[in-house]
Amino acid sequence: MTLEQLMFYGLGAVGIGSGLLVVTRRNPVMSALSLVLNFFCLAGLYLTLNAQFIAVIQIIVYAGAIMVLFLFVIMLLNLRDERALSDRLSARKIIGAGLAFGLLLQVLYILMSAADGFPQKDEALAVSTGTVEVIGVQLFTTFLFPFEITSLLLTAAIVGAVLLAKKKLD
Amino acid sequence: MVPLSHYLFLSAVLFMTGAVGVLTRRNAIIVFMSIELMLNSVNLTLVAFSSFLGNVTGQMLVFFVMTVAAAEAAVGLAIIIAIYRRKQTVNLDEINLLKW
Amino acid sequence: MDLLEPIIKIAVVLGALLTASAIVVLFDRKFSAYIQNRYGPNRVGPGGWMQSIADVVKLVMKEDIVPKAANRFVHDLAPMISITVALTTFAVIPFGDTIPLFGKEYNLIIADVNVGILYILAMTGMGVYGLTLAGWSSNNKYSLFGGLRSSAQLISYELSMGLSLIGVIMIAGTLQIDDIVRSQTGYWFGWIPQWNVISQPIGFITFFVASFAETNRLPFDLPEAEPELVGGYHTEYSGMKFGLFFLSEYANMIVSSALITALFLGGWHLPFAETWGLDPLVLALLKIGAFMFKMFIIISFYVVIRWTLPRFRYDQLMNLGWKVMLPVSIANVLATGVVMLWLTR
Repeated sequence: MTLEQLMFYGLGAVGIGSGLLVVTRRNPVMSALSLVLNFFCLAGLYLTLNAQFIAVIQIIVYAGAIMVLFLFVIMLLNLRDERALSDRLSARKIIGAGLAFGLLLQVLYILMSAADGFPQKDEALAVSTGTVEVIGVQLFTTFLFPFEITSLLLTAAIVGAVLLAKKKLD
Repeated sequence: MVPLSHYLFLSAVLFMTGAVGVLTRRNAIIVFMSIELMLNSVNLTLVAFSSFLGNVTGQMLVFFVMTVAAAEAAVGLAIIIAIYRRKQTVNLDEINLLKW
Repeated sequence: MDLLEPIIKIAVVLGALLTASAIVVLFDRKFSAYIQNRYGPNRVGPGGWMQSIADVVKLVMKEDIVPKAANRFVHDLAPMISITVALTTFAVIPFGDTIPLFGKEYNLIIADVNVGILYILAMTGMGVYGLTLAGWSSNNKYSLFGGLRSSAQLISYELSMGLSLIGVIMIAGTLQIDDIVRSQTGYWFGWIPQWNVISQPIGFITFFVASFAETNRLPFDLPEAEPELVGGYHTEYSGMKFGLFFLSEYANMIVSSALITALFLGGWHLPFAETWGLDPLVLALLKIGAFMFKMFIIISFYVVIRWTLPRFRYDQLMNLGWKVMLPVSIANVLATGVVMLWLTR
């Protein structure tokens, strides 16, 4: 087994395990922590795909900012375990899990039916696409307009969040 | 060498896990986190294709998905705080009115 | 063996970092005693210089108390996160020029990654978790306040920390810290060293202030403000788990002083040392010495500030972070861009 395979299967297993913990834990803080672990696994997987920039940004944005915000809100609201809700197996849960499993089967069917046409990885090309330089050049040439629009989006989000979370709307 | 289909399989499983969370959990914050999980599984697909095809567009899309996710988390959590102030709960079953 | 070299480097750096933390703890206590006109620790060893070792022995021997209502797993996890983050950040900081040993050149940096600065920002982002989770898991209102304050404070100051680095990145044109240090070689007018502190004074000041907030040092130590929050996020910690928090605070201080040295103060550059005609090995050792000396100056500054300024109020902290630091660092990015355009015109 090469290092790449070892990393992929190890991180993939931990990623799936932590993903399951996110949806099964009763305590929201434990869910949030599992999600952070999951994001770290994904960052590691991005590294196996030679996408260094995305891997680091994944940690900075998702683990470092978004999940801290989640934890902050959970702690601010001081949420308890939702005991009364999750003790019994309700119809909703069975149907929900069944639907999701059906979705997985569909996706797998599509995957299987197209499995022959998948491209092979060109290692040199993959290394050269994930660097900061390439992404930076693309960001400020081809994708300049969407990049500028995201700044508008973020401004709107900041204003919206401040307005919504303010104590009194007057 | 890990084939592309394995990355896609992993991403599909993660997406399903997130979908189970959205469909079965009633805690608004956990539902929100499951949505983040689904977004991330899609990001994995995009990065995998980008790397295997040697085309940077997939990674650019991930960059924009992250920006949108950050904005979405800020607004969504603000909404949850506002609702909690009114109803003292984050249980989605009890948040069933569009107007207070 | 290509695996042996990094392992030796990691062992040396880790040992040096932990020893240095112990020394800095004692230095902090001695210096504060000097400032307040008292003796400070003077019983253990000559002049009290063995006090830190005695403290570590005491902390290891102490009982580890976990409150009944605490979340045991998270309570154990939090100090581990803190210390891991504090120690791993040093991996991308170069602490010397290449050193010729046994007929081979060695790079004095553990991992020369080409996204070094982003790695540092990611790691400082992770530091929030240790404090926040410690506050939450203790199930104590003072701890929770400390945890909440730390998450708000660290997130707010991370922004200006990242933005004040943009100017440096623009000048050096790389995210690799080793290259940033190398870009500070040379002199203006033949005698002023080309350090970023001279070309980026505002970035230096904002980064320095933000690093106080990131390391929870006074005047930004609201997460552990003793008079109001008992001990803040580590109120319910005892024994070596408390020791880890304590150690990580000082390790953080050392790492951020190393970072300031590498990014703004020319790293291991010793001005005009190349012209003295020294043996390469002696020169390399002198450069490591220069790096440590610069770090020592920064650390002394941290200590002096700690015993000079009172703590901020919470609203003052937030106002400073969002209404002063953030606009100033954004303006600095703009000014740097304008000047660079003007110079390359």
